[in-house]
Amino acid sequence: MDFNDTSQEAAYRDEARAWLAANAPKRSGAPDNGLDDPTNMEECRAWQRKKAEAGYACITWPKQWGGGGGAQWQSVIFGQEEARFDTPGNPFQIGLGMCVPTVMTSGNEADKERFVRPAVRGEEIWCQLFSEPAAGSDVAAARTRAVRDGADWVINGQKVWTSGAHFSDFGLLLARTDPDVPKHKGLTMFWIDMKAPGVEVRPIHQMSGASNFNEVYFSDLRVKDSQRVGAVGDGWRTSLVTLMNERLAIGGGGGAGHRTVLKLAQEISTLTGLAVKDSALREKIADWFVQAEGLKYTRYRTMTALSRGQTPGPESSIGKVVSATLMQDMAATAMDLEDQFGIISDPQTAPLAAGFQTALMNAPGLRIAGGTDEILRNIIAERVLGLPQDVRLDKEVAFKDIPTGR
Amino acid sequence: MDFDFSDDQKFLKSEARKFLEARCPVGVVRGVLDDPARSYDIDLWKAVAEQGWMGAAIPEAHGGLGLGGVELCAIAEELGRALAPLPFASTVYFVAEALKLAGSPAQQGRWLPKIAAGEVIGCFATVERPGVLTEAGVQARVEAGALTGVKIPVTDGDVANLAVVLAKEGGKPRLVLVDLAGAGVARETLETLDPTRSAAKLTFTGAPAEPLGEAGEGMVLAEAVLNRAAVLLAFEQVGGADKALEAAKQYALDRYAFGRPIGGNQAIKHKLADIYIKNELARSNAYYGAWALNDGAAELPVAAAAARVSACEAFWFAAKENLQTHGGMGFTWGVDCHLYYRRAQQLGLVAGGAKAWKERLVSQLERRNVA
Repeated sequence: MDFNDTSQEAAYRDEARAWLAANAPKRSGAPDNGLDDPTNMEECRAWQRKKAEAGYACITWPKQWGGGGGAQWQSVIFGQEEARFDTPGNPFQIGLGMCVPTVMTSGNEADKERFVRPAVRGEEIWCQLFSEPAAGSDVAAARTRAVRDGADWVINGQKVWTSGAHFSDFGLLLARTDPDVPKHKGLTMFWIDMKAPGVEVRPIHQMSGASNFNEVYFSDLRVKDSQRVGAVGDGWRTSLVTLMNERLAIGGGGGAGHRTVLKLAQEISTLTGLAVKDSALREKIADWFVQAEGLKYTRYRTMTALSRGQTPGPESSIGKVVSATLMQDMAATAMDLEDQFGIISDPQTAPLAAGFQTALMNAPGLRIAGGTDEILRNIIAERVLGLPQDVRLDKEVAFKDIPTGR
Repeated sequence: MDFDFSDDQKFLKSEARKFLEARCPVGVVRGVLDDPARSYDIDLWKAVAEQGWMGAAIPEAHGGLGLGGVELCAIAEELGRALAPLPFASTVYFVAEALKLAGSPAQQGRWLPKIAAGEVIGCFATVERPGVLTEAGVQARVEAGALTGVKIPVTDGDVANLAVVLAKEGGKPRLVLVDLAGAGVARETLETLDPTRSAAKLTFTGAPAEPLGEAGEGMVLAEAVLNRAAVLLAFEQVGGADKALEAAKQYALDRYAFGRPIGGNQAIKHKLADIYIKNELARSNAYYGAWALNDGAAELPVAAAAARVSACEAFWFAAKENLQTHGGMGFTWGVDCHLYYRRAQQLGLVAGGAKAWKERLVSQLERRNVA
């Protein structure tokens, strides 16, 4: 048990830190609204290009494709060091974390040659077009149709929850090519040009007020057969590659929450005195602390496995399911402490710049996006513990015959 | 970053697991459970002593193996997993640690080699009444080297040779060492929730007692010992919680209802996923405790409290939901679920309950926030 870097790690960290100190840009002052609508897109692109030129973009990818040719532990260390700087947002995350790796694994040579380097350099941005109104947790139930027409495919349908679709150049699309076979067998993957005629992007107005996601509509979108990624009917297997490429959830993670509640409780009264003296609240703070610390040290275990050149254990799968509910609980409790004042969401007036009000409105999304609490528990039960899959009534049925409730 | 057991420590752990699978199958645990006359398994105690485990973290100069706290944590996890019916925690996590912390060279030289050899069983006698241990609750007193008072419950007090006792001298708490073979000691074995772990009421009437550590430092030293024990117990709890999860998983796969294994139902799958999540959080917190035990003394009060709170929650949840997963069979004497259910409570209370540890944790966090 040792939190210190090995000499090799320390050397890499020093190198990364020195490079960042010399090269990391100063913020323009524009608020960082993440994927919402990067107003500083040019800064983001410039920073990505600079990292790519120095081998710090896609550190684990082969140099041949513009990556750094390095190891996972290097990627983790660089990420930690980069997080200490006030760098621009990362609108490239979905493309470089999921879409482009799928092109690298399942795409043809021409596509790899065409797409990988520009993506690494931040010149082109990708989005992932999987979820649909009737295919959320059950993503293999995708209904967007791709019908062959000579050397082309014609695509009609709708995707939803597409992060960054409005500023993406390309999208990785999962489409139904054969509704006469069971659902997993009739899917095919394509890449599409998001600016092509027949693609319409509409922002989703979320309950929080923000618009981080989009709906994407396809009306007679025409794509070439050469835009197919993987074999016809192999789309489900290809999509699993995409999902497995999801970045290891390492790094930050709202560890400051309990501290903020403690601070708030030192300034707020209850009927029996200062809130910080309330034993029920103190027990909750202890519970939250233990969960947040447990997650932090679980990430350290994952990093240790990477540092030793091993595959991380399944414990890395617990992060989101714990942190999302933790965030919701803390926010609700903090607002309860604020009492009637808790209804105010104006950052000028609400305590702690309305941080807990914002967290309360974001937490439901966190519990759903990227796998709901329920799907994640199923994944732990099935893949980690080896329990049986749920009963699937649609497994052997032709897709067109699966009941839809409509 | 090297936040895991080392290869050597993993080897020690896997050897310990193999040893306990051979020497401490559940039949050995049930042997103690079913025989009111037995407080622990003497053969297993001797076998464990031959492995040198009692002395794992005792210096070689005192007859131990001279390994570190992390190695002892690895052993603790395996003892917890096996539900070993031994006075190991009292002897090693409490009394040996107290001697290492506060013992004079003469006291260490006299007792540590005997503990390392398995010749002495220790007990840590602090509480006297229901409720959390407080200074005001300590009535036992020591005057001119003679101890008078009652300690209840004292885990392993019925079989121990040596007691570390919290008592007041001149109105101020201090620790004393009492050779339980001496005069003025009466013991009464108590009926316990977990009969595989025994306890006693110890009555001292002018028993010869020698000071351990400085006068007036009783509460501080007791807390220091509890912090160390909390980390080691957390590993026992994590071991037990893992085994309870495995039992639940196996039953969920084997038991058929409505034409398929009950483990195919989400109510069971999600319950078991929740056990897994709590176990992994507890393991990570325990690892941090192990690091603090070995290398980070300043962080130990927070790390120990976090490890304890997390481990208490995990083992209790795993034990009760394992039993629930077993349905009616889980409520029978013959199925092992109640062994985990009992042990989860025993370990969850023996160094003080989670509620009090949560309070200690938050007090530490407040201090940290101010600093």
